[in-house]
Amino acid sequence: MRHYEVTFIVDPVLSGDEVKATAEHILEELKQFGATIVAVDEMGLRQLAYPIKKRSSGIYYCYEFSCSEASWLAKFELNLKRNEKLLRFLVVKLDKYGVKYNDDKRNGRIGKKYREQAEAAAAESAPAPQVVDLDEETLEDAE
Amino acid sequence: MAATREDVKFLSNPRIGLKQKKYCRFRRFGIKYIDYKDPEFLKQFINEQGKILPRRITGNSLKFQRRVATAIKRARQLALLPYVGDLLK
Repeated sequence: MRHYEVTFIVDPVLSGDEVKATAEHILEELKQFGATIVAVDEMGLRQLAYPIKKRSSGIYYCYEFSCSEASWLAKFELNLKRNEKLLRFLVVKLDKYGVKYNDDKRNGRIGKKYREQAEAAAAESAPAPQVVDLDEETLEDAE
Repeated sequence: MAATREDVKFLSNPRIGLKQKKYCRFRRFGIKYIDYKDPEFLKQFINEQGKILPRRITGNSLKFQRRVATAIKRARQLALLPYVGDLLK
């Protein structure tokens, strides 16, 4: 099973429903081709770093999917290219570290917050110095 | 009165001539994957004009410099980072 990731930018001029329908349509298309959807990430409205098709912002979506056979990817990309509601798209193959990274990111295991939590957890789980109580008897014995 | 050894020590900057060794942060902190969707992170590796910084400056190992470059180029395609910029930082 290979993992892929498709990120695309939807035209912000469309109405909210149309944007959702476009994203939904691409998701359906992926399913039709036989891909397993691993994750759907709506990155939301963002300012573009440079204008594309005279738009200065766009709505970002990112889907991660896996499939055993990917000969349809070229066809899928062609469909994306023909889709006039999209400003831009990018399909990349993920290596095993990429899959792990995305998984960790979804579970909130990446970033400063997580590191702090992990450190706190490590400090807690560390064995506390054992306090040995010397009973009176042992003390007496020692004497 | 002749200057003692203690006085002479601070007449020049003691850090001059001490080069701090550069290191590859990906190797040191065990980062295996560089996300192209995280422009804030990638901004550490570009200069004010949006050019990719050389290894000479970032200290990345060759393997990770290649991956950083790929990630930056992907981010540029998706308009997360500019191809050319001015006063990015």
